[in-house]
Amino acid sequence: MEWETVIGLEIHAQLATTTKIFSGASTAFGAEPNTQACAVDLALPGTLPVFNENALRMAVMFGTAIDAEISKVSVFDRKNYFYPDLPKGYQTSQLFYPIVGKGFIDIELEDGTTKRIGVTRAHLEEDAGKSLHEEFANMTGIDLNRAGTPLLEIVSEPDMSSAEEAVAYARKIHALVTSLGICDGNMAEGSFRCDCNVSVRYKGEALGNRTETKNINSFRFIEKAIKGEVERQIDILEDGGRIPQETRLYDADKDETRSMRSKEEANDYRYFPCPDLLPIVIDDDYIDAIRNALPELPDIRRIRFVDTYQLSDYDAGVLSAYKPLSDYFETVATLSGDAKLAANWIMGELSKHLNQHDTDIKNSPVSADQLGGLIQRIKDNTVSGNIAKKVFEAMWNEGGSADDIIEAKGLKQVTDSGAIEKIVDEVISSNQKQVDQYVAAEPDKRGKMIGFFMGQVMKVSGGKANPGQVQGMMKQKLDALCS
Amino acid sequence: MALNRTDVEKIAHLARLQIDDNDVPEYAQNLSNILDLIGQMQNIDTSDIEPLAHPFDAVQRLRADKITELNQREHLQSVAPAVANGLFLVPKVIE
Amino acid sequence: MLNKTLAELAKGLEQGEFSSVELTQAYLERIKNEDSKYNSFITVTEELALQQATAADTSRAAGNATAMTGLPIAHKDIFCTEGVRTSAGSKMLDNFISPYDATVVRKFNAAGTVTLGKTNMDEFAMGSSNESSFYGPTRNPWDTDRVPGGSSGGSAAAIAAGLTPAATGTDTGGSIRQPAAFCNLTGLKPTYGRVSRYGMIAYASSLDQGGPMAHTAEDAAMMMNVMAGTDPLDSTSAERNVPDYTANLDAPLTGLKIGLPKEFFSARLDPAMATLIQTAVKEYEALGATIKEVSLPNTALSVPAYYIIAPAEASSNLSRFDGVRYGYRCEDPKDLEDMYKRTRGEGFGSEVKRRIMVGTYALSEGFYDAYYKKAQQIRRLIQQDFIRVLSEVDVIMGPTTPTPAFKLGEKTSDPVDMYMEDIFTLSLNLAGLPGMSIPCGMTNGLPVGLQIIGNYFAEEKLLNVAHKFQQATDWHTLKPAGL
Repeated sequence: MEWETVIGLEIHAQLATTTKIFSGASTAFGAEPNTQACAVDLALPGTLPVFNENALRMAVMFGTAIDAEISKVSVFDRKNYFYPDLPKGYQTSQLFYPIVGKGFIDIELEDGTTKRIGVTRAHLEEDAGKSLHEEFANMTGIDLNRAGTPLLEIVSEPDMSSAEEAVAYARKIHALVTSLGICDGNMAEGSFRCDCNVSVRYKGEALGNRTETKNINSFRFIEKAIKGEVERQIDILEDGGRIPQETRLYDADKDETRSMRSKEEANDYRYFPCPDLLPIVIDDDYIDAIRNALPELPDIRRIRFVDTYQLSDYDAGVLSAYKPLSDYFETVATLSGDAKLAANWIMGELSKHLNQHDTDIKNSPVSADQLGGLIQRIKDNTVSGNIAKKVFEAMWNEGGSADDIIEAKGLKQVTDSGAIEKIVDEVISSNQKQVDQYVAAEPDKRGKMIGFFMGQVMKVSGGKANPGQVQGMMKQKLDALCS
Repeated sequence: MALNRTDVEKIAHLARLQIDDNDVPEYAQNLSNILDLIGQMQNIDTSDIEPLAHPFDAVQRLRADKITELNQREHLQSVAPAVANGLFLVPKVIE
Repeated sequence: MLNKTLAELAKGLEQGEFSSVELTQAYLERIKNEDSKYNSFITVTEELALQQATAADTSRAAGNATAMTGLPIAHKDIFCTEGVRTSAGSKMLDNFISPYDATVVRKFNAAGTVTLGKTNMDEFAMGSSNESSFYGPTRNPWDTDRVPGGSSGGSAAAIAAGLTPAATGTDTGGSIRQPAAFCNLTGLKPTYGRVSRYGMIAYASSLDQGGPMAHTAEDAAMMMNVMAGTDPLDSTSAERNVPDYTANLDAPLTGLKIGLPKEFFSARLDPAMATLIQTAVKEYEALGATIKEVSLPNTALSVPAYYIIAPAEASSNLSRFDGVRYGYRCEDPKDLEDMYKRTRGEGFGSEVKRRIMVGTYALSEGFYDAYYKKAQQIRRLIQQDFIRVLSEVDVIMGPTTPTPAFKLGEKTSDPVDMYMEDIFTLSLNLAGLPGMSIPCGMTNGLPVGLQIIGNYFAEEKLLNVAHKFQQATDWHTLKPAGL
């Protein structure tokens, strides 16, 4: 019997507004607890919400970017439940008339084909605060800075059939919202979170119960959580069990999902239209103006990167997916005049460093200008690729331009053939044993053996000797000994 | 429409209201009477009537995305039942 | 200087007959001596009042006085007042010192009025008798065995007893008009959205409306000049210019078309009161008006529709009272659930709990369409009735209440009995229309109110219609025995 997996995602993207969705308090991340929670955010008696125009604009941007129906009239509803980080005792959301209706996006699968994933709807809502459990022994601390931050909840159709597809979809949405500039995409800070609805069934049979795994905040965890959940469900069903419809939490440390006890009880959210807010009414002019002003979308950018910079499909895909990365790449490519080298450096050395230090490209200690300057020096043979890595390391740790670092550390490449010849001769005379082996070797094996001598020259020159020149001269001198 | 003890207890739980056991019958009676009163509506055919959520067809005003509220934590927390390190304290939440 | 109208007091201040400090002291003295009989104030703000009075006198001396400068008023304890307890008549907020001012309070302060204190009210404005207050019932100065009406019963009793010349009230289903009728006062419930709700503790958001309570229409007009207007903090406040409500008080009523809805003269109406209403209507005919019988066929449905919509909204509005950020918290909660349930179980009185439960039930899964949606549909029927009738007549007149003030305890055993008290007032709130109650006679020593209903934003017309009646009659000048 063959199992089939059905996956739908609900993505919560925090909108990159300056202030809350219903109050004039800042949404900046990382402030001292409750310093950005105003009277409205604290739900003081008598306070009322007023809707942020930028949240509306951003939601409509998203809708137009996925060719979705945009509602000319949308309505805020109240979702009622008690939780300490939910100050009003209800979340203002949109159930009955969401701002964005049906749309779609295309994802690229590993086999090179594309698959269309339906977006059911996207609606505006407010984020809750944060509960901090660690700080006190028997108490939980509530920080309401995040309460009222605007969210766009993007709900997909259950169109995905593997964890890989789900990740591809999530990455695509991430690329889109960051390119639109409506979400900073910072998953570690919770700006982009994902709930995964997963169910399995025998091929062709009716859908079984699904579970919802909440608040996953990395692409890797999405993949792991779904794979684990699919496995768990199949095990239960194969043992003749049933899957309860429930909410689960992904525990990244244990790499497993577990049931959320506190939210398990039958929820009855008692949705009804929020009487403190009036219907949001927009017209075609408003929507068209936004559509016409949309920035370049990732799919278009990917094609442009292939055309303009002759990047491979893969490189173009990676570099177009995240707007700040795309911008960085284009700056480096332009400055250095070598797009391929720029792509290699960004996807290689820079990405490695960013990952190791868990840093977003936007906060990279090495700016696009700096990296562009460094690549110029590689291209004009001032430094070799290997020395450039040292320069990069210094840039990352201490800052400064490529030229200043090369100058200060004396890393300029030696191209003077007299100086190089001197080193080559020195290496040949002090490594008689290896020279003898070279001479004795079959001619077609000698090519490989030259690597040793090259390494010695680089060691003596501190890596600064121009590798091309060294190679030529070394081969010439050694071959002369063989004849 | 008569509500029984279980109904009242279920509603009270949803609304997070502690109701004294002895008071449940009275609440059940009161609520049942209110529901009878409300039941008068059910005889009216409203199938073609659009619900009215607000008195007139006003539309939502929009607020500029500008910071107008600055930190007033000490002031706003001066009325809080329990606060430490700038956080509101509640009994431990178990997830 | 006591027992005068606001307009008379304003003249006295202007002509230097007394200062605001003298006037304020006289009222404070009277409150101190007399209010134990009525229990009309929850908090007397002596210090604040004298500060404001001093400031008002200074401002007058500097030539900066405006119409309301130095006039003492009281605020219903539902309006948040910074630095002053704002209880909404509930144990839940007994310890709540509001950190901010309601827009209405801020406007009165800016206009230079003096706040004598905060008046008693039914808990969270849920009641028609002022008996549900945590601070004990308020008594009617016309007969202290009787209720002053509710929920703005404290404001009404305070004015009738001469403890303040005027006060603010709020009206969700009749809470300004009914106490005005019971206490021989002039009360105006403005069009929904005319007066900001910001800082007015919400009962039912789509019905609540603040308004003035005073002896005369002229006083009410003076207060409306301060209270009315668009508020950027209240999305539901109307964007519409505010006229000078005192400008056209004396306009002749020649040709005024008055509609008398036959449903308002039903079996439920006390016959002696019906006679008084008819007499008042004859007075209007003498002033040049014409009379037409009209029909508001869905009047009876306003009671069930109201008692779904108001509790539904209230059940959600009152969820914020959870003991986390302000207000009452139960002693030694053993866990979160216990904290919620006991805080709310102990902090709310029984009528509030009843309405929260009705509302919770009406919104719960499976009942929404049958209750809430149905009620909103009935609401439209009621509105359509009014729109039709108000296209034929200028104002609608009828009784404010079916009976005069009833005895304390008379209607507390079955809430439905109490709800029927509101039958003539509820429909206006559902339709969002403005309405007034003015004194039109006495039955068995108890005042009777004439209700005048106008079209949307026709407050100026209503005040004119009421003022002309008060020029021709002296019912509004009658005072309880001994005053």
